[in-house]
Amino acid sequence: MSGLPLGRNRVITLEKRGGFSRGVALLVPVFSIVCAVIGGGLFLLAAGYDPVEIYLTMLSGVFGSAYGLSETVVKTIPLLLCGLAVSVAFRMQLWNIGAEGQLYMGAVAASWVALFHGEGSPVVVIALMLLAGAAAGALWGLIPAIPRALFKVNETITTLMLNYVAILFSDYLVYGPWKDPKGMNFPLSAVFPDSAILPHFGDTRIHLGLVFGLIAAVLLYIVLWHTKWGYEVRVIGESPVAARYAGMNIARNILLVMALSGGLAGIAGMAEVSGITQRLQPNLSSGYGYTAIIVAWLGRLNPFAIIGVSFLMAGLLVGGYNMQMSGLPAAIVSILQGAILFFILGGDILTKYRIRIKNTRGIEVAE
Amino acid sequence: MYKKVLALITVLLLAVTVLAGCGGGEDKAATGQQGEDKSQGEKTKVAFIYVGPAGDAGWSYAHDQGRKYLEENVPGIEVTPPLESVPENADAEQVLENLVQNGNKIIFATSYGYMDSVEKVAAKHPDVVFLHCSGYKVAENVGTYFGRIYQPRYLSGIVAGKTTKSNIIGYVAAHPIPEVVRGINAFTLGVRSVNPEATVKVVWTKTWYDPAKEKDAAKSLLTQGADVIAQHQDTPGPMQAAEEAGKFGISYNSDMREFAPNAVLTGPVWNWGPYYAKTVQAVLDGTWKSEQYWGPMGDGIVDLAPYGDMVSDEIKALVDAKKQEIVNGTWDVFTGPIKDNTGQERVAAGEKPTDKELLEMLWFVEGVDGTIPQE
Repeated sequence: MSGLPLGRNRVITLEKRGGFSRGVALLVPVFSIVCAVIGGGLFLLAAGYDPVEIYLTMLSGVFGSAYGLSETVVKTIPLLLCGLAVSVAFRMQLWNIGAEGQLYMGAVAASWVALFHGEGSPVVVIALMLLAGAAAGALWGLIPAIPRALFKVNETITTLMLNYVAILFSDYLVYGPWKDPKGMNFPLSAVFPDSAILPHFGDTRIHLGLVFGLIAAVLLYIVLWHTKWGYEVRVIGESPVAARYAGMNIARNILLVMALSGGLAGIAGMAEVSGITQRLQPNLSSGYGYTAIIVAWLGRLNPFAIIGVSFLMAGLLVGGYNMQMSGLPAAIVSILQGAILFFILGGDILTKYRIRIKNTRGIEVAE
Repeated sequence: MYKKVLALITVLLLAVTVLAGCGGGEDKAATGQQGEDKSQGEKTKVAFIYVGPAGDAGWSYAHDQGRKYLEENVPGIEVTPPLESVPENADAEQVLENLVQNGNKIIFATSYGYMDSVEKVAAKHPDVVFLHCSGYKVAENVGTYFGRIYQPRYLSGIVAGKTTKSNIIGYVAAHPIPEVVRGINAFTLGVRSVNPEATVKVVWTKTWYDPAKEKDAAKSLLTQGADVIAQHQDTPGPMQAAEEAGKFGISYNSDMREFAPNAVLTGPVWNWGPYYAKTVQAVLDGTWKSEQYWGPMGDGIVDLAPYGDMVSDEIKALVDAKKQEIVNGTWDVFTGPIKDNTGQERVAAGEKPTDKELLEMLWFVEGVDGTIPQE
């Protein structure tokens, strides 16, 4: 009998729920968010701050002004692309923790195009950068996919480790060969030529990457639910045994899915350098590849849900700075953000599982 | 059983909601008052962004001390709560823009990685004054500021050179950029001025702020025989490693004796307060003009931390004599002859490198055991 022991002869276990009504399924996230807000509020009270004021500052900072809203969209772009990237892999039970590294490799490849072949028609240059970014990300995703497909090497660890390799490789380039010769030896590449910069909407920082993200979401939906290949991916994810029995080529699909996943993250990297920083630099990503994992889960791996969730997540991140401006220390902001995610994910678990208290013979005592 | 629990939870939730409501009421009253204050006298809003937490006991802490000094000494301003741990990437641009939208008129960006973000946001808001620490890009409304921290670093090198018995001094360094390289060189020149046998071993952490990593780097240097640890890092981690090993340390940024009382000899420190007060006052008076300020030790922006008890009067006298020469301007740290650590002469006897050469310095002086990762 497994589970958490509770006194003598009793254990707490999690048990998968059967089906539940659509109404409950919708209510749970709402209830989780309410709990998160209250839980976070309690924490703020305990720390001596006024939760109502803090929440209002956060909301007004994110949704209260055109600028706040536009910045939230700016942060949505990498989260959306990376969220889609990991969701495809997760769909097939491939734990790609490497979106961060794939993003960096995409950024590096796109920067290579911009720095060395960046003069010319913007359409051609940007198309080349997009292609290079996607290809580099896909390659970076394929490296751990090959041992996974051939020898069942655990991809969680290999993808994670390759993140550090990618980030250090990018750092090597900006500290070394790609350093701007006119940059006083600061670790920054030269600024991209205008033809290598993604167009922006109005005078905001929202760039064409948003369109890439939205198109990717729609395409992913079509591929997963309306093509034979998408069907295979979903079957393999649900039941590898059944898939093998049906004659599906699992190894080939692992390679394809990881390449697709890495490619999407690579596009995120391309969009960041081309749309936002306009040069290669250290600390390019604020952990988008990792945050994307939460985004993908909260969005239940559904491409359209991921659009919404990445927007909300971006709001949570952007709002953090606003809370600081009203006097909340950065550490408390991080704890609050963590608490909110904790409750939302907790609610998610309780939707799928129920907590039971059982005695050692497995007979239920209380629920 | 479970109904009781449910009832209990409901009651608790209700209680919390009521409590939260009360708290909200009180604070609204408080903010209302603040609002009135503002309308009475038009106060200029000043903001700071930090790369680390204000409590890091290092770089950001030193800036935060400066901010407090500013608040106490310049009337007629309102200082926005400082923004901590702002990453040196595209996020910084959003934070800066947000500060402008919130009515801040003077913004101090206290890390070099904010350079591009400052440039972009400043171009959009010519009515706001930006001051960027340790960068090199200026505009009508953007000034840069920094201190010649290499001067006290040289002096701290004298203390280290006199203290070491093993003649190996460890140096925990952040990023391989000119600012850090210049510091290592100045320190090494100080060490070798009193102890030509000693070498300075360098380890790169590639981070400004990571207490655990900095401490580990110091430990690796200690196991390689170093008996004095110097640092260009933002936390007291390396000093604590020296303390635990029963060795000595040269701290950085602020007086770190409380973290490692038996280890810290002294260390270069920042004293931003007077500069902040002077600059903000100049903006208020309308006399501020964009400049690249690189303050020498004579201005008081950089100095040595108070000595630990173990530092002898003989060493103190030696340091004081050199300090006088630096403050008077009769001599400076990088006065030639200086060779690099491959034996090539870099500064001829009696010459001084220009500020531009100092700002681009990317080679080690003789006596440094380490490499600068590049190419």
